[in-house]
Amino acid sequence: MTIDTPALAPVERAVRVLGGDLTERGLRQHLEGLSGVDAVGLEQRAASLATRSIKTSSKAWALDRIIELIDLTTLEGADTPGKVRSLVAKALVPDATDPSTPRVAAVCVYGDMVPVAVDALGGAHGDPDDGLVSVAAVATAFPSGRASLAVKLADTRDAVAAGADEIDMVIDRGAFLSGRLGKVFEEIAAVKEACRREDGTSASLKVILETGELASYDNIRRASWLAILAGGDFIKTSTGKVSPAATLPVTLLMLEAVRDWHRLTGEHVGVKPAGGIRSSKDAVRYLVTVAETVGEQWLQPHLFRFGASSLLNDVLMQRQKLRSGHYSGPDYVTID
Amino acid sequence: MSRLTVPKTYKLFIGGKFPRSESGRTYEVATADGRFLANAAQASRKDARDAVVAARAAVAGWAGATAYNRGQVLYRVAEVLDGRRAQFVDEIAAAEGVTAAVAGRQVDEAVDAWVWYAGWADKFAQVAGAGNPVAGPFFNISVPEPTGVVAIVAPQGGASLAGLVAVVAPALVAGNAVVVVADEAHPLSAVSLAEVLATSDVPGGVVNVLTGSPAEIAPWLAAHSDVNALDLAGAGKLDWVDLEIAAAETLTRVLRPEPGVPERSLDRILAFTETKTVWHTKSLL
Amino acid sequence: MKDIEITGRGFLDYAPAPESTSILNLKDSYGLFIDGEFREGSGGAFTTISPATEKPIAEIAIASEADVDAAVQAARNAYRKTWSRMPGADRGKYLFRIARLVQERARELAVAESLDNGKPITESRDTDIPLVAAWFFYYAGWADKLDYAGLGSAPRPLGVAAQVIPWNFPLLMLAWKIAPALAAGNTVVLKPAETTPLSALLFAEILQQADLPPGVVNIVTGAGETGAALVRHPDVDKVAFTGSTSVGREIARTVAGTTKRLTLELGGKAANIVFDDAPIDQAVEGIVNGIFFNQGHVCCAGSRLLVQENVHDEVVDRLKARLSTLRMGDPLDKNTDIGAINSREQLERIRRLSDIGEAEGGERWSAPCDIPQDGFWFAPTIFTGVSTSSTIAREEIFGPVLSVLTFRTPAEAIAKANNTPYGLSAGIWSDKGSKILAVADRLRAGVVWANTFNRFDPASPFGGYKESGYGREGGRHGLGAYLRSGASTEGGKR
Repeated sequence: MTIDTPALAPVERAVRVLGGDLTERGLRQHLEGLSGVDAVGLEQRAASLATRSIKTSSKAWALDRIIELIDLTTLEGADTPGKVRSLVAKALVPDATDPSTPRVAAVCVYGDMVPVAVDALGGAHGDPDDGLVSVAAVATAFPSGRASLAVKLADTRDAVAAGADEIDMVIDRGAFLSGRLGKVFEEIAAVKEACRREDGTSASLKVILETGELASYDNIRRASWLAILAGGDFIKTSTGKVSPAATLPVTLLMLEAVRDWHRLTGEHVGVKPAGGIRSSKDAVRYLVTVAETVGEQWLQPHLFRFGASSLLNDVLMQRQKLRSGHYSGPDYVTID
Repeated sequence: MSRLTVPKTYKLFIGGKFPRSESGRTYEVATADGRFLANAAQASRKDARDAVVAARAAVAGWAGATAYNRGQVLYRVAEVLDGRRAQFVDEIAAAEGVTAAVAGRQVDEAVDAWVWYAGWADKFAQVAGAGNPVAGPFFNISVPEPTGVVAIVAPQGGASLAGLVAVVAPALVAGNAVVVVADEAHPLSAVSLAEVLATSDVPGGVVNVLTGSPAEIAPWLAAHSDVNALDLAGAGKLDWVDLEIAAAETLTRVLRPEPGVPERSLDRILAFTETKTVWHTKSLL
Repeated sequence: MKDIEITGRGFLDYAPAPESTSILNLKDSYGLFIDGEFREGSGGAFTTISPATEKPIAEIAIASEADVDAAVQAARNAYRKTWSRMPGADRGKYLFRIARLVQERARELAVAESLDNGKPITESRDTDIPLVAAWFFYYAGWADKLDYAGLGSAPRPLGVAAQVIPWNFPLLMLAWKIAPALAAGNTVVLKPAETTPLSALLFAEILQQADLPPGVVNIVTGAGETGAALVRHPDVDKVAFTGSTSVGREIARTVAGTTKRLTLELGGKAANIVFDDAPIDQAVEGIVNGIFFNQGHVCCAGSRLLVQENVHDEVVDRLKARLSTLRMGDPLDKNTDIGAINSREQLERIRRLSDIGEAEGGERWSAPCDIPQDGFWFAPTIFTGVSTSSTIAREEIFGPVLSVLTFRTPAEAIAKANNTPYGLSAGIWSDKGSKILAVADRLRAGVVWANTFNRFDPASPFGGYKESGYGREGGRHGLGAYLRSGASTEGGKR
């Protein structure tokens, strides 16, 4: 009997951690050697983080920071150029009544909408660290990922060529659940390559694990580690098309993976919970979880994002309340 | 002319062996009307100490045996005891001054008590344990476990065999090891019971039988740090309050004296158990 | 990637979020609660203070021997005339009422508890008080079902129960004592701890609101002498004590030779065993919860960490990182993780034992915490390089101090875990179920938590082996401490 151990693409990170002869078997052994996760304990830790009470000055800081970490998202079959331009307008000026309101980090759209977003952003298109707004595109046959690698790579290259700064790819959950970890790894590595631009720079790669389909926290930990090894700049919970999408325990678990990677290599990998985070209160809990798990230096657009749409308006209403002292209403924030 | 008999030397029973008292002492055991019957070993504090060491060494194996196995072993004691019925009847009739019929009823009671308790070995935990419906994602179960080493003062001055069995058998059910001080005045049936135990399948050290003066030995057992529980069933005429006070030093569990031969009861089994509750997380993810 | 700047905004220094004390209407002084009403004590008074600020909260009466006698008499009368004659269903209804009143006044009770005890409001609010209500709900339902408690048919109450409780979970320990006692048909004289009498006195007000018949529950405050007078009172049928092993031993001596029944829930030195196949992040949380919950003022605290040698460094590193995120300070702040040590006396004990730990060669590490000026504080501390013979690995410290020991094999872990005169609790961390069950079987401890720690539930029996005491509280077993067996468990002869 021969043991099937196909060689894997020599991704730099994986080679460093797993050694030179990168094989599927080596990868599997590494992932299976990760410490297990006790679901009850994980959920209890998340629940206790959720009891933090964030008030006054901390709350004001948190609300602004949440806005600065949002990937303002529209991912509908019915998206139109008009809808995307409206989204971009909102991203640039979230609250016209208060010029001190920060901009969001990015807009997140389907690949074919990237030129529209880039065009609408105009001079405001750029790095969120510079107060500009990035364009993120979902790619790789989002959300199901059920297409050939060639199609996925073309999807990615197309979005990058159109000006996307960030690519949100999906992993092949079918391959992952059926044990073909090498395939998942190779795809991520290939998409990472496809993010490369002609000038040698690269779009940032967010790897969507679609945790709601991975069946167990142990799997989510392995998938997080796999995505990091294969070169992901961010690991992201969900497409938003599957329930459950982002949850606090899942995000905590992914933050732990990122923290452990940092302990091991000194490298920083980002985390993006996406889908289902609608209220400021929820979002603050994520900030607390980030700060208490990996440290508050992670609370910056290169390392943490919220994939959200309706969250922004709730944050704006809370912001108005802090400023004016009375509660705001949905007619006092704009719909995009 | 009748045959000259070969009388037995009555010794202690410690760790599965029959030693004399390390002190070399014996005391005279007589019939109810004062005739000499035998010289029994008079256990010392060092014999008590050795017995506790033997009992402690035996706990892990006995407690670790399956409940089914303990039940079988205890039932085997009843079988062997019943097989020696005639010997016990003679011994009890002579020592206690009762008729053969009365002695016979005592032996029958002893055999039946062994059978009754043997049957509990694989049941008491179901009756006394619990699955606990806690308000959270946890598996939660409580089970009675043996306390460890139980020191017993057997009922004194009455039905010597039945009294002994009434206190020893229940303590064994859960997996405890026992050090028992026999009826001082009627110790012979206790030593003969030890022979039964030695020839059945009870592991050495699980039951240790001391003959002699409870007033002398019991304080050493009560104050012994490695004794987990103290059954004062037959200590009613001793300074048992002092024994209970001595036991308090290491929080030894105490069962206070009771008159006569204790009734068979589940409570007596459970008195020498500790409830252990185990929690484990429970989740599908 | 760009350089990462620390924002400097100090988000982690969450702005203060104090729970309001306006919900609490305290009197300046409290008397004794005897026969349904508050009355003056004849033994003088003492001041209860907040351990976080050392500021006085209220004057509390000291019950003299005569006051204790009056309380026992009231309990005896209530037992004879009302409580033992009342149908179980009605006893149950009173307990249900109490449970509901506790829920209604939960926030107030939580604030009082944190003020008087020094524990973080999140713990009193989310753990102590909800469990108090749960305990009364659980035992309320038993009151008319005692025939099913596994104690034979028609088990009988014992009579008057004398109950002495500690300061670490003041109201929760009260509930553990009073709820089963009343459900079983006993009446009660309870003495709260000297440093934490407040919530018991608020509870007395709840009993008045519940219209509980006078004398069924009596609360006498004071120090050790009051407790001793209660325990030795000749008309007491049952003594229940939670506290230190040394006092428990003294009580066992006092009760010796009487017909009083006794249950004791005493000290511990629990081993928290972490195997190399443990879910490591949850284990770290469990270690933290095991020893730093309630400032380590927990008899079942996981004060000895037994960690498999091959993961020792990793576990200790992660533990230190995690401890660095704990916030110590105002118990009433909703973000406080570590509150105040309950008393100066206790703080001195913790300091003394920690100094011994250092002198005996343990390597001491304390979490970086700002220690407030006033009050009693001790930063979360761990000792590595501790051996089984070290004082801090043997003596109960009852504070936020963890001793770390190592082991190589499961057999060694079991041997070390059991190598203590105590036997209250233990923890096991492993992903391997079969190993967990086998280790749990061999641990000589009354409560074994696997992949969790410090969980409590009214349905779950709690109590120790060996010098951790005897008897169980909680569950069906907890009723057994307050009932005489009915006839049918005896006499299997016929």
